[in-house]
Amino acid sequence: MGAEFVMLSLAPIVIGSLAAIACALPGNFLLLRRQALIGDAISHVVLPGIVLAFLVTGQVATLPMMAGAGVAALAAVAMIEAVRRLGRIEPGAAMGVTFTTMFALGVLVLERTDTSKVHLDVEHALMGNLESLIWLDGMGWHSLLDPAALAGLPPELGRLAIATAVIATLIWLFWRPLKLATFDEGFAAEVGVPVRAVGLGLVVLSALAAVAAFDAVGSIIVIAMFICPPGTARLMTDRLEMQVAWSVFFAVLSAVLGYVLAGYGPIWLGGTDAVSAAGMIATVSGMLLAAAALFGPARRRSGAGAGAA
Amino acid sequence: MAGAWRRPISTGWPRSEMLDLGYNTMLVATGATLLGISAGVTGTFLYLRKRALVSDAISHATLPGIGLAFILMVAFGGDGRNLAGLLAGSALSAWLGLLAVQWLSRRTRLAEDAAIGAVLSVFFGFGVVLLTVIQTMEAGRQAGLDSLLLGSTAGMLRGDALLIAAGGALTLALVAILRRPMEMVAFDEAHAAAMGLNVPRVDLATMALVLAVTVVGLKIVGLILIVALLIIPPVAARFWSDRTGRVALLAGAFGGLAGMAGALVSASAPALPTGPVIVLTAFALFAVSLFFAPARGVAAKLIERRRFRERVHLRQGLLALAQGQPIYEAYTLRLLVRDGLARPDGVATQDGAGRAAKALRDERRWAEARAMPAHEAVSQRYDGLTEIETMLTPDQIADLDGRIGGPRGVA
Repeated sequence: MGAEFVMLSLAPIVIGSLAAIACALPGNFLLLRRQALIGDAISHVVLPGIVLAFLVTGQVATLPMMAGAGVAALAAVAMIEAVRRLGRIEPGAAMGVTFTTMFALGVLVLERTDTSKVHLDVEHALMGNLESLIWLDGMGWHSLLDPAALAGLPPELGRLAIATAVIATLIWLFWRPLKLATFDEGFAAEVGVPVRAVGLGLVVLSALAAVAAFDAVGSIIVIAMFICPPGTARLMTDRLEMQVAWSVFFAVLSAVLGYVLAGYGPIWLGGTDAVSAAGMIATVSGMLLAAAALFGPARRRSGAGAGAA
Repeated sequence: MAGAWRRPISTGWPRSEMLDLGYNTMLVATGATLLGISAGVTGTFLYLRKRALVSDAISHATLPGIGLAFILMVAFGGDGRNLAGLLAGSALSAWLGLLAVQWLSRRTRLAEDAAIGAVLSVFFGFGVVLLTVIQTMEAGRQAGLDSLLLGSTAGMLRGDALLIAAGGALTLALVAILRRPMEMVAFDEAHAAAMGLNVPRVDLATMALVLAVTVVGLKIVGLILIVALLIIPPVAARFWSDRTGRVALLAGAFGGLAGMAGALVSASAPALPTGPVIVLTAFALFAVSLFFAPARGVAAKLIERRRFRERVHLRQGLLALAQGQPIYEAYTLRLLVRDGLARPDGVATQDGAGRAAKALRDERRWAEARAMPAHEAVSQRYDGLTEIETMLTPDQIADLDGRIGGPRGVA
């Protein structure tokens, strides 16, 4: 521990936690609105977005890629809506049509263009590169107070910190309309909440979270963090405020525990190589969900109560 | 990358290898076609039960099974790449994934969509963990397991091709056996139960079929995109018919077409993964259906709306002509001129004058009928377009005319 931990593990853990929080926050509302799979759809279409950006700019640069992913996410949401309305198709199927098609398009274009010179492939989009986000200037805990060393932090950290802050602030600012529109859309519309705008805003916010997070941590964590921490939190409490707080706790717990288990677990077990941190974080979040499903105080449907099994 | 590095074991005779490729391609194309048909039909019932995305959880949940099967086979000294073994492992973990979805959505307050998302991401994440374990194993360096993510038929072994063809045939046979009960449950659950069908068991059989399609499709389509073969063809087929049986058959045809096209196109170009080609073919069929299907397609709806608009404008134009009012709307006048009912300056032609008088009479009859309690039921059908002669008998019309023509209130 100490210097080595700060250099190799501190930045990935912080980045993983920020990504988890960024996704879990809007995930709470998606979950309650029965739109949990929007996160899944968005993270599938991130790939065609970055491929598109690569085709346009010819290089792997972060900003164009994030812009491309954002455009793709919004295009996907628009397409789901269009397919649903034009064909009067149920949302799940409309989503399935949209994200598989866009993902397939992304893979196909990727395979047909020469990306051998750049690091751009499906695996990267799925699994991210959390492990490689090391802090070379971090010589020890004292580096946290050293401006020169702090400047050497992976740029993903700053980006995610900003994205997470923006998401948290927006949710805090629009808490009341969000809560109203989530629990009782009819009532919310009656008291003057722009229900459609709130719904759209939430989806845009989710897209922002997914796009900001995927670059560092890959799609798997994004999907898992959209659903698992909020789902776990939902089984712990009936109050939305508490649920959001629990979800942030579970998100950070998954990220920290997952990263540590992936990095050090195999060594404790006598192995030599670390396993995928992204995969392990998703696994841990699933374990937490399973535990809550078994023992969570609010695991049953309201009305079923403790007595009626 | 999912690529083409998994070449056939060299036999030393290039010519025979070439022949092998042709024969393998045929086998794989057959398997993909049969699989596509099964997927389309099975997916129809899944779609009609509004559970299309459960298949997404099932397919992603195959990954840990694949990884564990590889590790186990290597541990027991076998070849970790044995496709049959990998598929058996994938079936087992997909089954666990399905159970997890059902357990979460039934035993807890989480909705099914949340359960699906949780299971697919967690199982897939754990699968990725196992893949990284395999990469560090001696035998795992060239496992090529990621070809199962996106599907690849390039350089497939003879045994694998046979397995896929047989798997495709097997799923199709199962579909043929289960089609009737699945159709009944999808059409009317209560009726099916009354007819003595065990609905939960039929649902379970549907899910087993989805699982079989997923497992057989792993090598061809890949686990990320196999769900498309279960969702897109039924959604496309739904545009063409309202009858469950026909939708299922058409979805099967679409799926089969997509499967065959994907397998053949991919075999012709090594760097072309099969899965995306299959998905995009299916999507092309969907797009054609969305726009051009009769009745439910977008084009048909647009034409219908346009016709409706024309009828409204013509009717209003004729009423204006009959009452000697000027026509302000340029579109209305254009329609009247087009049909030879009015001159460009807004004066009715002889034909137009006749039609206008008829329209006015129709409107008067309607007004009279709507004022009469006796015609209340018919009055509700008034939309300003339907001719009253199509709604009432000649006797009733004559009665109306009598009321219109005769002096009112004087008996």
